[in-house]
Amino acid sequence: MAELGRAALVVTLGLSLYALAAGAAAAHLRRRRLAASAQNALLAAFVSTAIAAAVLFAAFARDDFSFVTVAQTSSRTLPFGYSLSAFWGGQAGSLLLWLLLLTAYGAAAVLLNRRRARDLVVWVVPVLGAISVFFSFLIVAVASPFHTQVAPADGAGLNPSLQNPYMLAHPPFLYLGYVGLAVPFAFAMGALLSGRTDERWLVATRRWTLFAWACLGIGQLLGAHWAYKEVGWGGYYAWDPVENAALMPWLASTAFLHSVMIQEKRGMLKVWNVVLVILAFSLSLFGTFLTRSGVLNSIHSFTESSIGPWFLGFITAVAAASLALVFARLPLLRAKTKLESLVSREATFLYNNLLLVALTLTILWGVAWPILSEAVRGESVVVGRPYYDFFLRIFGLPLLLLMGIGPLVAWRRASLRGLLKTFAWPFGVALLAGTGLLALGAGSSIPGLVAYSFSVFVLASIALEFGRGTRARRSLSGGSWPRAFSDLIARNRRRYGGYVVHAAIVMLALGIAGSSAYDSVKEAKLRPGQSMAIGDYTLAYRRLVERPAANATEVRAVLDVRRGGERLGTLEAGKNAYTVEQQVSNEVAIRSDYVTGEDLFVIAEQIDADGAVYFRVFVKPLVNLIWLAGIVFVLGSLVALWPDAREERRLALRYFEAGLPAAE
Amino acid sequence: MTALAVALAAAVAAACVVAVALPFLREPSARADALAEPDERARLRLSLAEARDRALIALKELEFDHRTGKVSDEDYRALVGPLRREAADALRGLEDGAR
Repeated sequence: MAELGRAALVVTLGLSLYALAAGAAAAHLRRRRLAASAQNALLAAFVSTAIAAAVLFAAFARDDFSFVTVAQTSSRTLPFGYSLSAFWGGQAGSLLLWLLLLTAYGAAAVLLNRRRARDLVVWVVPVLGAISVFFSFLIVAVASPFHTQVAPADGAGLNPSLQNPYMLAHPPFLYLGYVGLAVPFAFAMGALLSGRTDERWLVATRRWTLFAWACLGIGQLLGAHWAYKEVGWGGYYAWDPVENAALMPWLASTAFLHSVMIQEKRGMLKVWNVVLVILAFSLSLFGTFLTRSGVLNSIHSFTESSIGPWFLGFITAVAAASLALVFARLPLLRAKTKLESLVSREATFLYNNLLLVALTLTILWGVAWPILSEAVRGESVVVGRPYYDFFLRIFGLPLLLLMGIGPLVAWRRASLRGLLKTFAWPFGVALLAGTGLLALGAGSSIPGLVAYSFSVFVLASIALEFGRGTRARRSLSGGSWPRAFSDLIARNRRRYGGYVVHAAIVMLALGIAGSSAYDSVKEAKLRPGQSMAIGDYTLAYRRLVERPAANATEVRAVLDVRRGGERLGTLEAGKNAYTVEQQVSNEVAIRSDYVTGEDLFVIAEQIDADGAVYFRVFVKPLVNLIWLAGIVFVLGSLVALWPDAREERRLALRYFEAGLPAAE
Repeated sequence: MTALAVALAAAVAAACVVAVALPFLREPSARADALAEPDERARLRLSLAEARDRALIALKELEFDHRTGKVSDEDYRALVGPLRREAADALRGLEDGAR
């Protein structure tokens, strides 16, 4: 069936080329039927790509090793569930996933917006077509997942680190984020190409951007949890270039999600917003390039191929063409209003934007410098953790503080007296918390203490916003407190959903500060019967066990864990030896205390033949807040994403009054 | 298997060609093939409607923030006037355009 997959991709390439050429001609010549035909091509491209993806998945499910990519990333003993991980574990499969999501997003964006923003969508189609041409060309001509061979008896198997339930969700979420940023990019370019720089492109893409951003965030947290539990080095984020590759577009789109509100509320920052969309999309392409080109030697870059130069060329073309378009349309992007005061909501959003972009560019430099250095000077340079940690503190701590300040400051301007009154309560609570923490010994890490105090300030300001808002809503419409609370959120989902996301970021900051600034580590080589102590914990190594698993042999060191005099149970840390893949993986043991949020984390670094084991043990305070933050983040994103009937009615009325074609 | 794959591929390609040609098959000789697009007047009205909505939402938020105590009386008095003027200007513009 490889022929069907190959043909379906050629059809996708043809349809994408048609969507680009016919779409551009229709938009330029103002031809209605040609425009509809180009839109249909984009919809059909999704169907043909889905057929190609189905063919590849069927090959994985049937263990059809005549497909080179199946033979490279799967084996007969690989559990069926991980066939999906194997699908996107290889380069060709992951590019096919990119194309599938791109055509799906393109089809959905066109279908949902072709009435409301018809004159805009006409220009969006060729932009999405152009992106689709690049990816389908790459898959058809450079890295096809449908190369065949004489089938070997068994496949090479999947990297053991990828044989994990997280790998079923982490890559698709990241890709949903990366690819999703193509939609706001296409609409921004469509708005510039058509000269329609009114708010419709923002309205049309608001939820797409939020969805892509939320998926990128969830994907990163899933990746962090996977690294923590599966990779077994004792952390969750290593500033690995591929991890940074996902963080950069997320930071840029975070900046965009904030600055877009300034354009909506004040009609300002039009150029800045378009530039941020270009930056976010270019960084999402750069992220895919880093992950898939083999340019980096990290755990994520499992494959190396010839797609690198194509990718670099495309990223350069996208950035150059879109910036040239912004330059050409500058007269249309001039703001009619100005920043009235440096102490206002829009000013705090502006500061937040500057810090986010500075952090993004700093990380970009950290990622790009080793590559540039090797390419230009032939010297390999390592940009390590101290560089990133330094800039995270420099830009991250003020960002954290701004999350507490922003919601309390009014739009346009705020008087000093008003501000002092508003800030008194959260500032007092933060000061009290900081002093208390200092007394408890948290002063051993100044950045940690500052992060904790700022976090308390933000949480207090969020609580104040919810509390005062609920009280005001209740006094306006009566009813119960829960009713007033739900009314408050329903009337401004973006604002209050955003506050819930802010609370998630604070929890993340608390988790990161606790687990990195106040953690402890101890190493010891133990024989059965010997013990070691770390913090309040005592670990007694009892025995070594060996047992067969589905596709590996498991070796585990069994440890009894006590805290004080209390027995907490046993932990099993060890290694898995994968038969087919001929690889060994670390299998860590973690005991989580969900009341304190603390983890006891055990790695069996080295297991000797005589049963002696070299253990590395960590105590990580508050680390579980990071994972809890993920749940709160999803909740806040859902609140912000939920459709708003009031807004829909207002927009429908606006377009009707303007007599737009969409209102017909 | 190859013959079946080729037949399926041909069917997919044919279906896609039909989908792309559909607008022309439905209207082989369309009288009005020009894309409907907003004229200058519609664009002006849209811009005024956006300005009106922006001002009305800002007024609503200002009232609410004043009620919650986030905006002081002094700030409220300074901000409410210009916002009302902005909303009134946009409404007047929309009304003038309607005549």
